[in-house]
Amino acid sequence: MSDQHIKLPEGSIEKQTTTLNLGPTHPATHGVFQNILELDGERIISAEQTVGYIHRAFEKIAERRPLYQITPLTDRLNYCSAPINNMGWHLTCEKLLGVKIPKRVDYLRVIVMELARIADHLICNSIVGVDTGAYTGFLYVMQYRELIYEIYEEICGSRLTTNIGRIGGFERNFNNTAFEKLEKFLKEYPKVLKEFENLFTRNRIFMERTIGCGPISAERALNYGFTGPNLRAAGVDYDVRVHTPYSSYEDFEFEIPVGSTGDCYDRYLVRNGEMWQSLRIIEQALRKVKEFKGKEAEVFHADIPEYYLPEKKDVYTKMEALIWHFKIIMGEIDIPAGEVYQSVEGANGELGFYLITDGGRTPYRLHFRRPCFIYYQAYEELTKGAMLSDAIITMSSLNLIAGEMDA
Amino acid sequence: MALTNEYIKQRLTEKFGDQVQGFLEPYGMLTFEAPKELNLKVLQYLFDEDELAFRFLTDLQAVHYPDNKGRELAVVYHLHSLSANVRIRFKVFTDILTPDVYSATALFSGANWMERETYDFYGVNFIGHPNLKRILNVDEMDYFPMRKEFPLEEQTRVDKDDDMFGR
Repeated sequence: MSDQHIKLPEGSIEKQTTTLNLGPTHPATHGVFQNILELDGERIISAEQTVGYIHRAFEKIAERRPLYQITPLTDRLNYCSAPINNMGWHLTCEKLLGVKIPKRVDYLRVIVMELARIADHLICNSIVGVDTGAYTGFLYVMQYRELIYEIYEEICGSRLTTNIGRIGGFERNFNNTAFEKLEKFLKEYPKVLKEFENLFTRNRIFMERTIGCGPISAERALNYGFTGPNLRAAGVDYDVRVHTPYSSYEDFEFEIPVGSTGDCYDRYLVRNGEMWQSLRIIEQALRKVKEFKGKEAEVFHADIPEYYLPEKKDVYTKMEALIWHFKIIMGEIDIPAGEVYQSVEGANGELGFYLITDGGRTPYRLHFRRPCFIYYQAYEELTKGAMLSDAIITMSSLNLIAGEMDA
Repeated sequence: MALTNEYIKQRLTEKFGDQVQGFLEPYGMLTFEAPKELNLKVLQYLFDEDELAFRFLTDLQAVHYPDNKGRELAVVYHLHSLSANVRIRFKVFTDILTPDVYSATALFSGANWMERETYDFYGVNFIGHPNLKRILNVDEMDYFPMRKEFPLEEQTRVDKDDDMFGR
């Protein structure tokens, strides 16, 4: 500076950059994330992420629990779409045990999982909106997330950490209210989603803020282990539902939306596209569920007495049911030895369960492949050279969930 | 041509002879192991060959087997060939006193945090890792909590008869 009027304190010229501690409880980070940013003016020179603030040692805890008690742990991974995690865990156990699941249960599971995907994408996209300064969309769509939570409530009794389903199926059949609410959702939601898109998709301010913000190439995304909408926004059409179908996803017709640049705008578009596809899947699944008639329409679990709790009235009146009930609750069932990897398409990427059992009553080793733990490490590369406010949008558009990252 | 487990096995045996061994197919996923000095060579080979193209690292973690003397820690790589849509599992075993394994960060950027997590919980020392420090636990921790010598519950409790319920 040649024309200096302000007298600066000694030593303040030497350091050209500012160190900013963003988080761990900053309101703009939507979760417990800490970023130590090195800023030149408003440009980011480097970012160092710190994770682990809500680490709860789930993998260690799981080594001392029978299989059915691990389901509540999986709720607390990605708590925005807990049913997908629950189903992923049930599918892992069923794969290990070699259980054959009735088609009706598969379809009911698909309905629940796609509802969860819609709820998760809704949060993510509307939060990106909030971070760009548009609060309306967020408030408006929340009532439909509420409706999804009411459907969960009808199915399993809880809303956020659902613990939905059991190994082998569901704990009870869907009741009529659940189906009525589903119909209501399917009838009303497309209009709302359309309006939500009208608010954002061609909104000048939103486009200016998100296009070219936090981009990643397909090659880098693959190298970083990106999965889910973030990978698809970069142009790779990898979807676990299509590549390794589980829970009868092969019976449904749907498309995989892909982007091209991998920036925040593409991620937003891919998530919106996926919500439409999820609606399509739910409609098809509901139709298929209604095709079951007579006794088949009552099926909601597979017949595996070793792992599926008997009905309560049988426990009180029948010897065998009482024995199974006791053995299951006390965790006295020996799990067959094996090694299995099962993944599901979680709302923010491939959620994998790597389970090793040695014939004991608890897992020998359980590892969760948490998608956002793996792709959060690309955050520095995504934000380097960008403005601070862009970094905030990038963070929310990656759909980072602290609970999942820290397991 | 579809990429089959037999074909992968044949290619690996051609290249590395009997150094890759222990071929198994639990639940349809090809699983094999190699000496820990060879882990990068095997990963690189699987990455480079166009017919194999295992270019996506799905997962990386360790398992502790305290009874396997000399090979207590297993580092497990789950690899995915996206073009052929085939998954394989690759293990290297190391002893617990010198748990040195070459880092795969040069091949997969995503391996960075996965290796840090593995180091954090099992103490596997990844040689060549750019920033090998604890990630989920506190920095001051001086043990590796997922190892089997740290049982979850206080073992001296007398009010609970574990023989009965086997937890």
